[in-house]
Amino acid sequence: MKWLGSAFLAILMVTNLQAETIVSTGDLGLVVERANGSLLLVDQSERSSITRITGLGDLSHASLVYSPDQRFAYVFGRDGGLTKVDIIEKKIADRVVQSGNAIGGAISDDGTLVAVSNYEPGGVRIFDADTLDLVADIPTGSKTIGLVDAPGRRFVFTLWDEGETWIADLSSGEPKINKIKDMGRNPYDALITGDGRLYITGLFGEDGLTALDLWDPNPKPIRVLPKYGKGQQELPVYKMPHLEGWARAGREFVLPAVGHHQVLWIDGEDLSETGRTDTYGQPVFAMARPDGRQVWVNFAHPLNDTIQVIDTLTKKIVHEFKPGPAVLHMEFTPRGHEVWISVRDAGKVMIYDTRTFEKRGEIEAESPSGIFFTSRAHKTGL
Amino acid sequence: MRSLFVLLAFVCSPAFAGETSSFDDLINLVHQDCGSCHGLTLKGGLGPDIRPDALSHYDVSTLSTVVLDGIPDTAMPPWRPLMSEADAKKIAEYLLHGDLK
Repeated sequence: MKWLGSAFLAILMVTNLQAETIVSTGDLGLVVERANGSLLLVDQSERSSITRITGLGDLSHASLVYSPDQRFAYVFGRDGGLTKVDIIEKKIADRVVQSGNAIGGAISDDGTLVAVSNYEPGGVRIFDADTLDLVADIPTGSKTIGLVDAPGRRFVFTLWDEGETWIADLSSGEPKINKIKDMGRNPYDALITGDGRLYITGLFGEDGLTALDLWDPNPKPIRVLPKYGKGQQELPVYKMPHLEGWARAGREFVLPAVGHHQVLWIDGEDLSETGRTDTYGQPVFAMARPDGRQVWVNFAHPLNDTIQVIDTLTKKIVHEFKPGPAVLHMEFTPRGHEVWISVRDAGKVMIYDTRTFEKRGEIEAESPSGIFFTSRAHKTGL
Repeated sequence: MRSLFVLLAFVCSPAFAGETSSFDDLINLVHQDCGSCHGLTLKGGLGPDIRPDALSHYDVSTLSTVVLDGIPDTAMPPWRPLMSEADAKKIAEYLLHGDLK
């Protein structure tokens, strides 16, 4: 009888142990705490934080990508640090300081390569995703922006100073580089569409955007909205917009204008303008809810306390609210029922229902900026 | 017309031009908002390094003019719509001599 009791206890302990070691990551995410060099591991379903992971260096303007198994995050810090974070073990797995001044990164479609885009020295460095060993170094002699992954083990990025886009093909090991000139003056950021076909750079030095059709073996620059600001007084730009959170709503793209209080609508097929929506301030992110029915927009300093929601059928603003001081980023749950919003100077991440616009919760965070759910692991360009 | 309206909104708002701000608010502005181009630690990003050594060729008056009026044909915007001349001078002094965090 005593023996039976011990056996029962042993089975119970094993069961408990297993329950503790199985961690599923599909509904987890990381919030960048920019000032303190830490990440907050969060649970999207519970609307709560799990733990804080520290020691990641300067995380101002930091971003991250996920491994295909949604276990590892690769975090790109402003100080040139590339940190591999294990979200199951809840700790840093590896870290290298790969440059003096970095501005984002990407992971290849097969999950084996991580690329980092650098301002100083300008260029892209590519690392083995397992070991963080340097695989390829591609100096550009220019500040490098708009780095994305493209299908076929390729990375695409753009040179701020020269206005060139480079396509680095790593499918055969050594990088083969196709340089495309005449992308426009001072491209500041870029996006790739979810199907991996179109790469679009926004231009700071002139009106408009420039697209490349990556299905074309020799892509040529395609000008998009070359005169969108014509005849209007340009406003000072206190914060460059981001295109990473590009929005595709039905057949159209929605993009932030530079130097104007507007978002621009572009036909997804022929890239012609289909409309404009006047907004509260200069947009920073214009992000589509995953179903494409709404676009949520936040704004540059000093109007960065506000969010507007645009209905994509009517292109009209259907909701406006003020989550708090310094709204920096938004991330939708994968099917779009809720949105998480980082409000830096309130020290909070706020969670809203996207249909009723009711607040569903909030999480304490120190100067939160980017929010990244693990569902990004399975999306091109994120 | 909309631009004019926006400008008026700035002028009428108590947080903007004409008012002087606390030193802490200004330091926060320098690191968070100047920092969106120049980096949170001011060592440079899309915009150049603006730590004291990198700015040593400026005096306070020239640097505060750059802050207020921007640099044409670059991404440096004029901050005059958002801040007073007194605040721009304080920021220039902080950038040139301040103990940077």
